[in-house]
This record gives sequence, structure tokens and C-alpha cells, in this order.
Amino acid sequence: MSSDNKDLKWVGKSPVRPDGNDKVTGRAKFGADLMLPGMLVGKVLRSPHAHAIIKSIDTSKAEALPGVKAVITSADVTDLSSEWVPAGEVQINFRDLARNVMANEKVLYNGHAVAAVAATNNAIANAALELISIDYEVLPHVIDVEDAMAEDAPILHEDMFTQGVTPKPDKPSNVFKHVDIAVGDVEAGFAQADLIVEKSFKTAPVHQGYIEPHAAVASFGEDGKAELWCSTQGQFVVRLYCAKLLGMDVSNLRVTPSEIGGGFGGKTTVYLEPVALLLSRKAGRPVRAVMTREEVFRASGPTSGAVTWVKIGVKNDGTIVAGEAILKYQAGAFAGSPIQPGCMCAFAPYDIENVKVKGYDVVVNRPKVAAYRAPGAPISEHAVESVLDDIAKQISIDPLELREKNAATEGTNAAYGPKFGPIGFVETLAAAKAHPHYSAPLGPNQGRGVACGFWFNIGGDSCAAVNVAEDGSIVVSTGSPDIGGSRASMAIMAAETLGIDVADVHPNVADTSSLGYTFLTGGSRVTFATGMAVIEAAKQVVETLRERAAKIWDISVDAVIWEDGYAKPAGTNAGDFEPLSLGEIASTAGKTGGPISGNAALNAQGAGPAFGTHICDVEVDPETGRVTVLRYTAVQDCGKAIHKGYVEGQIQGGAVQGIGWALNEEYIYDDKGRLDNAGFLDYRIPVASDLPMIDTVVVEVANPNHPYGVRGVGEVPIVPPMATVANAIESATGIRMTELPMSPPKVLAAIDGAK
Amino acid sequence: MAKIHVTTTVNGEPSEFLCDPQQTLLDVLRDELRLTGSKEGCATGDCGACSIMLDGRLVCSCLVLGVESEGLEVETIEGMSSGDQLHPLQQKFLEEAALQCGICTPGFLVAAKALLEKNPNPTETEVRYWLAGNLCRCTGYDKIIRAVLDCAADLRGA
Repeated sequence: MSSDNKDLKWVGKSPVRPDGNDKVTGRAKFGADLMLPGMLVGKVLRSPHAHAIIKSIDTSKAEALPGVKAVITSADVTDLSSEWVPAGEVQINFRDLARNVMANEKVLYNGHAVAAVAATNNAIANAALELISIDYEVLPHVIDVEDAMAEDAPILHEDMFTQGVTPKPDKPSNVFKHVDIAVGDVEAGFAQADLIVEKSFKTAPVHQGYIEPHAAVASFGEDGKAELWCSTQGQFVVRLYCAKLLGMDVSNLRVTPSEIGGGFGGKTTVYLEPVALLLSRKAGRPVRAVMTREEVFRASGPTSGAVTWVKIGVKNDGTIVAGEAILKYQAGAFAGSPIQPGCMCAFAPYDIENVKVKGYDVVVNRPKVAAYRAPGAPISEHAVESVLDDIAKQISIDPLELREKNAATEGTNAAYGPKFGPIGFVETLAAAKAHPHYSAPLGPNQGRGVACGFWFNIGGDSCAAVNVAEDGSIVVSTGSPDIGGSRASMAIMAAETLGIDVADVHPNVADTSSLGYTFLTGGSRVTFATGMAVIEAAKQVVETLRERAAKIWDISVDAVIWEDGYAKPAGTNAGDFEPLSLGEIASTAGKTGGPISGNAALNAQGAGPAFGTHICDVEVDPETGRVTVLRYTAVQDCGKAIHKGYVEGQIQGGAVQGIGWALNEEYIYDDKGRLDNAGFLDYRIPVASDLPMIDTVVVEVANPNHPYGVRGVGEVPIVPPMATVANAIESATGIRMTELPMSPPKVLAAIDGAK
Repeated sequence: MAKIHVTTTVNGEPSEFLCDPQQTLLDVLRDELRLTGSKEGCATGDCGACSIMLDGRLVCSCLVLGVESEGLEVETIEGMSSGDQLHPLQQKFLEEAALQCGICTPGFLVAAKALLEKNPNPTETEVRYWLAGNLCRCTGYDKIIRAVLDCAADLRGA
């Protein structure tokens, strides 16, 4: 279906979201908003050390404190065998997951959970934590990725032997694995180059920064069944992880997702959820556990910090002949950084014959990384897009033209494997070039940068139920937590398919006992994959409605068409009967065959890769090094925007997270490996006064694998900003910044150094 | 420690509660009065998700003790609409998609209302600085700032 289908009634519009009223009145219930009768307060004791052996834990004094109803340690968590299973865009190991939820034998980062209590109120819970006595033997720690790779580095896991190298190493290492991607012959490629530019970069780990801290309310029954309410991107994933960690049958646990106050990938795993369940099981009462902001910073997220190196060779006309990269990603305390997608994305936007990428997944004494918007891609693409900018300058070619010359198009073999179907990269480049922003004049100390970004997007498992109520109104249930307006897009696609008013469609996010398995909200998959399930279920409803009308009129179902929400007789019967509305058919459903319902369960294939091109103007204060973003334009191919307002919003939000990554955000550790800036005052995410409006241009090159052409929106926009801003700073100052964040002290030092 | 009896007005209604001396007004609103529309994003006054009006002044309720509200007027997000009528700012946020996850929305609405009552014709820069104490991680602020400016224009025209 063409994405410029003029017949669409709802797709592409921006109706008010169905859950909007609750969210502007304070009525919406988020993770910490549920209270149950008899509920206890759950709190977690965390490691003050970056790396230490737990020699002993004495909880007896805490247990004796009146009002304390349960205390748990790793002794209460099943220690599982090492097993890697897919979890969205990353792999997860249940043994590591269990040991991240509750430290066993060693603590591996400042903030690592070591024990937890449930008590009748906050004050008692806090007092109980202080009564737990732990004997630590502090070990040397390692925070930096290259230090962790050194021969004499402190080893986090004695049983970690680097994978992907032969022969198998004879001693343990902090390098969990190597990743290698290669096509063509880079040496031969570089030999043809007229110009070769190579550079090293450092990126800081950054937190997803959702405003709602992790929260969970658990209630365990004497019969071994449990209910869990929590803020998550995937209730089914939480169900599986918790059941595994508690040794329960999966279906004995019912997980209800609360409204979710941001996630960006950070709420795709579990931290407090199993803890609340364990406490509730032990105490025999409901338990609510909520992280403080400090705990969020010390113990959840972030994405990897990294050291990267990129080398690109070009002909004088701008043709890229070879690209090579070495990427070293921090995984945090347990293996599993997004190094694989980082390697795959590095050169993905470009049609290059010779590519070689080597990646390292490295454990360090920091919190285990979690997914963050296009995991891995912003880090590697930042390096590539920065080097391309230097190349454009050195061969005097317009940076957008350089990218146009090498852009991947339909039929290009991506270096990471597949051949691209229809993609809209060159369309984003053309739209950026034509945008008035690109030719607007600049003042003194000002500069303009451009950069591009790629992300795969994913499909996967989704279920949907479309139920027709007695009056013809529609309830759509999906298993996808609504993190940024997806109820609105589900309602739009159902209304479009059914030919009815979007206001008559009522979307709902179902708990794990009310609908079939649905993979989490992530990978930019919900509008694509869950959307396909909704469309399929709605089509089933249309089929049933036609059958019922045929029965009422006593004609063949083939002679009934469905149009604009009405069954109409067609063919030789055209005009014989008055059209029947959905409401009319629904009201007599009991007499024509029973309730009308459509149910889809599918694995959505054919997700559409997406590209973005960003333009940024900055002004650099030569006295202080402060960088002010003056103007920002983000162009992106979305395939098809289902709800225009929320598509723009995703692009704007992603771009601003990228600006924070570029300019402000970083973790500061002291020499003992303790985090010094675990709060929003010192870990500075962008605020309203830091920013201009974020102009968006939505390009629509339809994904042929989705009925309305959807690709997915949420992740691509965080990929280009770091290089876009760096390239703008280079344009303003002539200085290539190679380390993130490009905060005032670093920029000032670079300016002073260049004098 | 004995709890303290506090008498206040919450969203125009007389209200009494018992609280611990160290309990914040945010915790009192959420846990004692069950008004969970005010959110805790940081508990250190950095994120603004707990914004309320205390005797006509915009404050972070996480930085106020429950006992300090004795005799004062407390206004929260729950008091912003009247009956089934949303406040124009609430309506504008919905129409202009000025929220995504919605966790920061109550704080932004309370703060924006306070701004427009003080300054019915703010510039974009004034709106950005007034709302700089309210963090949003989803929207990049664009649609929030536009909604406030558009609502201000509507209210001036009305």
C-alpha cells in the first residue's frame, strides 16, 4: 500500500489520545501509585563499594526490630545456571540477572543490591537497613573500559573467558566476547583511497533518565500464586524473569503494567520486581518497593560508555572505498553491552564495498547496562559521522552531498548482512538539503553541523483482541505498555480498518492473564508489530460483521461489502437492503451467532529499517566553552506516521536526549569507584531553557510489510545528535571534539589548546 | 514519635491529617490523603514532578514538610479541572500532544498555570525559564512550550 494513500480517514491525523484525560488530571496510576490493604514498605540495602567480597551478612538485628516483616539476601534467590536467551535487542543471562537483582558472593558496583527488608513503614524499613551488618573484603576495582581490558586489570568474574577467540584463553578476562564484521577487503580498499582519515573517540555512559523511578507492588498468596503491579516496558518479560528467579510456574504470576513514566529501554529488565515478590512471599503481605532517584542512578541503566576508533578512506570525488572501526563498549558489572548492534550499525547507512568492524564487550565495576533507545548505534555512528565530517571538509564537498554519494538505497547490501528493501535515507538527505535551515545565515562563533543515523527497528510477538460491545463501540486490548501514545495509534489503526470514528475505539493495555504473550515495548516495534495484530483482529471483526449482515438479509456473504462502518448489500443485491451499522449488527449479535470478537496472535516480520538526518546550529562561547544549541532540525523516514503529533514528539524527544548525551550527561566516579553525581542536579539532563524548538520533517517511504507502511519511529532520532552537535562545534571553532560530553570545561580546554 | 495533627485546605476543601514531623508534604498528599497526582521523580527539588501551589506560591512539595502546611491553602493537580471541565491548559496539552508518558505532566500543568496567572503574555524564553525546573525526558519540551504559549494566546483572546 502506498503511504500517500489519500483515502485514509484517521491514519496520519492527530486525535486526542484515549488515555489523555487521566494523564492531565493526575488520575492515571503509575508504578508508585497503587496502595493495597496491609501493604508493607520494601527497601533495598546497596553496596557502598565498587568491588568487594561479601564475607558474611548478619540480618538478625534487623529481623528482631519490631515492624520488620521480612529480610532477604541472595540466599533467598535461586542461583541459576548460566543461560543466554534473547531479550529484545539484547541477550540476557538468568544467572547474571539473579546476581544483579541480589549480589551473591561479591558486590560488583557501588549500588549493587545486597539485602532487602519489608517493614510496616518507611522509618522502620530504613532503620532495619542500618541494622544489617555486612563484612566486606574490598577488592581493587576498574571503571574505565580500556583499563578493564589491560593484562593486570582486577578481574570481575573468575569464570569469564573471552568468547570468540581461538584457542580458548587460559586465564579469565574482563572481555566477555569479541564481535567481528567484515565484507570485502579493507586493505585493498584503503589502497585505492585518495584520502584516509582516522580518529579515536570516547563516549560517556548515559542514563535513560526516565522521570518515574522503578516501582513495584507485589502480593503473594498462600497458594503460591502472585500478583505484581509495576512500571515496565513489558509485563510478559517481567513475568518470565520473575517466575524464573522465584522458581514459579509462569502462569502462577499475573503481572499488571502500571502507566509507565518513561523507559527508553531502561524498563526492559527487572530490579525491584523479584525483590518485592520475594519479600511478599516471606512476609505474607503485599509489599511496595520504589527506588529513590539516587538508586535509579546507582543501580539501573545506563547505556555503555565506550572507546571507539574509526578509519575511512575516500576517493577525491567522495566515494567511500573502505571503512574500519574498533569499538570497546562497557557492559557494566555483567556481560552484555549492545556491542553487536553497535558493530552492525556503524557503517549501515552507507554503500561501502570494504568494511571491517571489531567489537569488544567489556565488564567494569559499574551498574549493568540496560537498553537505551537504539542500543549501541549512537556510539558507533557518532564516530563514523564525525570522521565523515572531517573528510567532507578536507575534500571540500558539502557534507550532505558526501552522504548522498554513498547512501544506501533499495538493493544495497548492508555491511552487517541483509540487502535493504525500500528505504528512505536519500529522501531524508534531500529534505535536509532543501530545508531553509540548511542555508540560513550564521553569526560569529556560530556553526552548523549535520549527521545521519540508522536503526533496524524490530517486529516480533504480539497479540491483540478487538471486542465489539453491545452498542457497537470497540475495545481493543493489546499487551504493549503505552509509553508515548501507542493507545492512540492502536485506536487509529482499528478505526481505519473498521471504517468507524476513532472516538468509538477504546484501547486498553492488558495484564499477562488477560491476553497472549506480547514482547515488550521496545525496538520501535509497537506501532509496527502490535499494530499489525490490531489490524488483523479488526479485519476478523469485519469478516464476522459481513457474515452477520448476510445472515440477517439471508444473502451470500460474498454479496456483502463493508464500507465506512456499514454492511452494504453489493453485486446483484445492491440497494435491496438498508445498510446496517456496526451498532445495529452488534445489538442483535446474540441472535445471529453470539459475541463478535477478533483475536490475533502473530510474529511480525519485515520491520522497516529507518534513517534520520539532523541539522544543528550552535554558538560556542569562547570565554567559557559553553555550547548553546540555537536551531535544530530532525528529518526522519517513518514509513508512515499513524499519529502525526506523537511521531513528531518521539523525534523531538529522541533528538533532545541526544543533545544531552552530546553536551551534558556523564557519570562521575571518585577514586574508590563510588558514583559522585547520583541526582538530577549533578547529572544534568536538558531542561527547557537549554533548548530551542526542535523542528521535525517526517519523510514517508512506506514499509511494504505493514498494511499502512509503518517502520517505527522512537529510536532513530537519538542516533545522529552527538555527531550533529560535534560537527556544529567544529564548524564554529575549527576544533574536532572527540570526547563526550562536550561540556564547557572540555570545550574551553580545547579552545585554549588550539590558541 | 507521636504524629502531629495538621489542618489545611486542599483544593478548596478543609482537610486534616496526622503526619510524622519529618514527613514531606508530597508524602502526606500521596500516602495520607491519597492524592497521587503529584509525583516523586527525585525528592530533591530537581524535577518538578511534585509541583503544587502553597498559599498561591509554586513549590516542590517534596521540599516542604507536611507540618508546614498548617493553616495554608494547598492546590494540587487534582484541583485543576472543575467538574467535567478541564482547565484550558489541560485541554491544550491534549490537543497538541504535549505529553508522552505523562509522569511529568501534572507538575508542568501546575507550574504553567502559575506562570499564566502571573504573566498572561509570556515570551517563549520566559516560558522556557519558568518551566526549567520541570524535567521532561520524552518530549524535548517543544510541544509543551507551544501548548503553554498557545493557551496563553487563547486566554488573552477570550
